[in-house]
Amino acid sequence: MSAPNKSYDPVEVEALKPEEIERLRDEAIAAFAAATGLDALHEAKVAHTGDRSPLALANREIGALPPAAKAAAGKLVGAARGAVNKALAERRVALEAERDARVLVEEAVDVTLPYDRAPRGGRHPLTTFAERLMDVFTAMGYSVAEGPEVEAEWLNFDALNMGPDHPARSTQDTFFLKDADSVVLRTHTSGVQIRSLLAAAEPPVYVICPGRVFRSDELDATHTPVFNQVELLAVDEGLTMADLKGTLDHMVASLFGEGISTRLRPNYFPFTEPSAEMDMVCFVCRGESVGNPDRPCRTCSSEGWIELGGCGMVNPRVLVACGIDPNKYSGFAFGFGIERMLMFRHNVEDMRDIVEGDVRFTLPFGMEI
Amino acid sequence: MRVPLSWLREYVDLPAGETGRDIQTKLIRAGLEVEGVEQLGADLKGPLVVGQVLAIEELTEFKKPIRYCQVDVGDANGTGEPQNIVCGARNFAVGDKVVVVLPGAVLPGPFPIAARATYGKTSEGMICSARELGMGDDHDGIIVLPPEYEPGTDAIELLELVDEVLDIAVTADRGYCLSMRGVARETAIAYGLPLRDPALIDVPPANAYGPLVKVEDQFGCDRFVARSVVGVDPAAKSPIWMQRRIQKAGMRPISLAVDITNYVMIEMGQPLHAYDRHRVDGAITVRRATPGEKLRTLDGVERTLDAEDLLICDGPSGSRPIGIAGVMGGAGTEIADAVVDPETGEVNGTTEIVIEAAHFAPVSIARSARRHKLPSEAAKRFERGVDPEATKAAAQRAVDLLVLVAGGTAEAGVTDIAAPHPVHSISISADLPDRVAGQEYGRETVVRRLQEVGCTVVGSDVLVVTPPTWRPDLTDPNDLCEEVIRLEGYENLPSTLPNVPAGRGLTEAQRLRRRIGIALASAGQVEVQNYPFIGEAVLDSLGIEAGDPRRATVKIANPISHEEPSLRTTMLPGLLGALHRNVGRGNTDVALFELGRVFRVDGTAETLYQAPRLPVDRRPTEDEIAQLDAALPRQPYRVGAVFAGSRDPQGWWGKATAWTWADAVEAARTVADAAGVELTVRQDQHTPWHPGRCAALYVGEQLVGHAGELHPRVVKAMNLPERTCAMELDLDLLTEGGAAKATGPKISTFPVATQDVALVVDDAVKAADVEAALRAGAGSLLESLRLFDVYRGESLGEGRKSLAYALRFRAADRTLTADEASAARESAVAEATARVGATLRG
Ligand SMILES: [Zn+2]
Repeated sequence: MSAPNKSYDPVEVEALKPEEIERLRDEAIAAFAAATGLDALHEAKVAHTGDRSPLALANREIGALPPAAKAAAGKLVGAARGAVNKALAERRVALEAERDARVLVEEAVDVTLPYDRAPRGGRHPLTTFAERLMDVFTAMGYSVAEGPEVEAEWLNFDALNMGPDHPARSTQDTFFLKDADSVVLRTHTSGVQIRSLLAAAEPPVYVICPGRVFRSDELDATHTPVFNQVELLAVDEGLTMADLKGTLDHMVASLFGEGISTRLRPNYFPFTEPSAEMDMVCFVCRGESVGNPDRPCRTCSSEGWIELGGCGMVNPRVLVACGIDPNKYSGFAFGFGIERMLMFRHNVEDMRDIVEGDVRFTLPFGMEI
Repeated sequence: MRVPLSWLREYVDLPAGETGRDIQTKLIRAGLEVEGVEQLGADLKGPLVVGQVLAIEELTEFKKPIRYCQVDVGDANGTGEPQNIVCGARNFAVGDKVVVVLPGAVLPGPFPIAARATYGKTSEGMICSARELGMGDDHDGIIVLPPEYEPGTDAIELLELVDEVLDIAVTADRGYCLSMRGVARETAIAYGLPLRDPALIDVPPANAYGPLVKVEDQFGCDRFVARSVVGVDPAAKSPIWMQRRIQKAGMRPISLAVDITNYVMIEMGQPLHAYDRHRVDGAITVRRATPGEKLRTLDGVERTLDAEDLLICDGPSGSRPIGIAGVMGGAGTEIADAVVDPETGEVNGTTEIVIEAAHFAPVSIARSARRHKLPSEAAKRFERGVDPEATKAAAQRAVDLLVLVAGGTAEAGVTDIAAPHPVHSISISADLPDRVAGQEYGRETVVRRLQEVGCTVVGSDVLVVTPPTWRPDLTDPNDLCEEVIRLEGYENLPSTLPNVPAGRGLTEAQRLRRRIGIALASAGQVEVQNYPFIGEAVLDSLGIEAGDPRRATVKIANPISHEEPSLRTTMLPGLLGALHRNVGRGNTDVALFELGRVFRVDGTAETLYQAPRLPVDRRPTEDEIAQLDAALPRQPYRVGAVFAGSRDPQGWWGKATAWTWADAVEAARTVADAAGVELTVRQDQHTPWHPGRCAALYVGEQLVGHAGELHPRVVKAMNLPERTCAMELDLDLLTEGGAAKATGPKISTFPVATQDVALVVDDAVKAADVEAALRAGAGSLLESLRLFDVYRGESLGEGRKSLAYALRFRAADRTLTADEASAARESAVAEATARVGATLRG
């Protein structure tokens, strides 16, 4: 062995003996195989394929050979180097795979560690439930109308055919304002219906009016002085009670599932004539608990029906008060309390839980209902 | 209205097997709200018989006096021997007829009866009180029966203990159903059976020698019938059947004359009044009160009368009030209680009775009843409308009963003063019910149904309908439609959908509130809906001073709680209350928000609270609508949020992070983002916030709210967790200018040039001002700017701070050179130096 770039030297030419080249090759391959890690492999690589490695020197010496020997020697050394590089590459792949496997094992974590770092919030079910109702009706083409919570009596009562001496007016448990004349906390959202009729130059008017209303009841498990209502008003040419029934049926099917329908029972409200109380088929037992003591239903008290609220055909007097010709137009309306519907739809047992703002009540309802 | 079935069957021949439940179902369909069916005596089992007390032995060795009685129960006990019974009551004597329950029987409860040892004796059954028999709970002692019943007679039948009672909630329009007559009519229609109308009785014609009556106000009283009965036995008691019916109908038997008037009222719906003729001075006069006039009513209360009160009077020219018409009688002319003369044993009391059966204007009665807080049974009926034509029959019925059960003699005089009554007819197109229902009934059905409810109907295509006198509620065409549709069955209505014109979905404001809700909830906050009621105390705790517009509240005249008589002017009281409640319940890390209205009187019109009383027979003018609105306080929509405890809790990842003032400001930014407006934050001092940690929130130059940490004094006063933070924004103001429409940005794909800069400024300099200066100076190449560090240290000198910003520059059309980026940075720094005296940190 000698330094490169020396002039022709017959002694050194002996280094290109095939046996010698094969030995160098085998030594290199053995060294790679013996390397247990990527660092060791790197050292072996430098030793056996580096610029000063025997095979590199041998390669350089080819140039010093007599022309006749060059081809054979080149082939010999080239084959050896090829085998060495291949062995090196294979060993590297193997060692890298080993290393990766080890690192991934080392980096493993317990993914069952609890991660409640950013506690989520939630929207109030009264809000989301009202939104759901609005979505049902906006999909049908209705708009959502809103109005003030402190309302003029004319809009809350008089225009709704509840004159100052109407017996129904005294049964509404109204909150009156101090030192005020004819201004109250609205007892229903019907004032918004009147506002909608006044705002429309001419029917059709199709609106749904959600909002907070007030009745001077004490808070208990089933009553609250402040609650939410949704009322609907449709005024157009040729509207009928059958349309009212169909609209109610569509609503309960949307909210409680296919096959749930409503029934109407005669009742009295000053602002509708004819008037009705509306019930829906119990969505839990679908009426199967009736007369079936083995399968009682808590949701409907085994009545088969759940009371929803009041409805009817808009009293023509209401249309007159809004300047709408009752001979040309008719309408229907209904209203119900959202709290009550929320209670039976989601098994809420105590009204107080709805109004007290305990986060444990609200969180399970999430963002939509 | 409580309707005993046994009584109802007197007017309608219902099928024998028909139960209360069956009738309930039928009547509900017809529109009567039958809330329940009470089963009287359902678990009652005999033997329960009439007994006669033969002997009483007083047992005195016990804490209370006890009687050991021998009672003849006839053959009811199988032996005919007297029954030995221990009894604790004392309201009976030897010879009295009583009700005896024998061993083996079951009283309501159920309460099985057996012979048992008590007070050292064996009691073979019980002498019963009304309460024990489920007849009512108004008698303490045992029942003493009239003497005419034989011992051993079955008392279950005698006392009509087994019955069903319908409980009907009568709606305001169906006053006629506050009577057996009315409910019987509906029942008859529902079953298609004939009605025996109790008002169809023979009544003598009016004549000139009846009781003297003067009606001075024919608007208030359009009918006044008066009759008189003499020779009434003051000792006479109401017969058992009458007492039982009155009890089952939910009233209390009182005295014969009162019971008869109540009985007839329940039967016919016509309130009656009975006067002791000896106590009435001269003509009975109907007139309005003079202001300040006084009357002691039957309940013993002296009442000051209002000029609108309609009165029944007597005395010279009707000067003495003896009753508020249709509401309550006066104490002075009441039927005297029977008094037994201790010397002679003679019974003294009222022997001559004048019966009043009048018809009063519903509105007048309603107002008087409300004014004097006297919702009497009579007022309840007059208010809802009674049949003016039933007056004569009702008076006759009362006279008949006084003759029948009190041994009286009817006087021949019949007073009947009637104001002319216009006949009110309604014309409707025969197909109107079809058009209202959306279903075809046909003319024949319409006419038949209207006739069933008592209307007279003439005409073919257009029907002229005259409602019966007992249906004052039938005034409009739609009222008639309802009669037809309800009797044809609401349950038979088809279900159709109208052709609703295409809609436009939610308004921007409605969509915004949803976005805000979702954004805040996604940021870890929980929505609440608080009552809007507040009191002075919470405003005191918040430190809100007199003169602050938040002190000018809208006040409720009849609040639920006198502690909280006002409507909120800020969202904070409710939110902080809910926060406090949550913390108290162990939810210590809590962030709440609420969307809702506040009520403000600042900035309202002079006519606040003065809403005009407009007519309803026409549309109000635009001016009138404006007047209605001007009477209302402002009711802007607001969003508020409060924060306490940790935002993210301590965990295996590290320490907890507390909610801070910055989160409150961030929540405001979240809302503003949702609204598409840019919020400017300025340092401010505003109650109830911490004077050094309060951000005023602006859109442009419009103040829209505040955010930050609460004042420690407020935290202490309200017992809140330390460092509680809060935010409140006015959504109406926030969105006043409308949302900025997002324009699609042009995305440059050229590389970004990042330059950091640390500026030293005085502590008092606001980060917002430094940022504004940098932005202005950096020019259009600036893509973004971010404050990444705030540092204070000795090296900077006292009262100085260093703000470190990362500036990112990028051009739309080329790769920036290092020189260009540096030039922009230097320009930014120069502007900061010029505006806020910033120096580059060395
Ligand atoms: Zn059910």
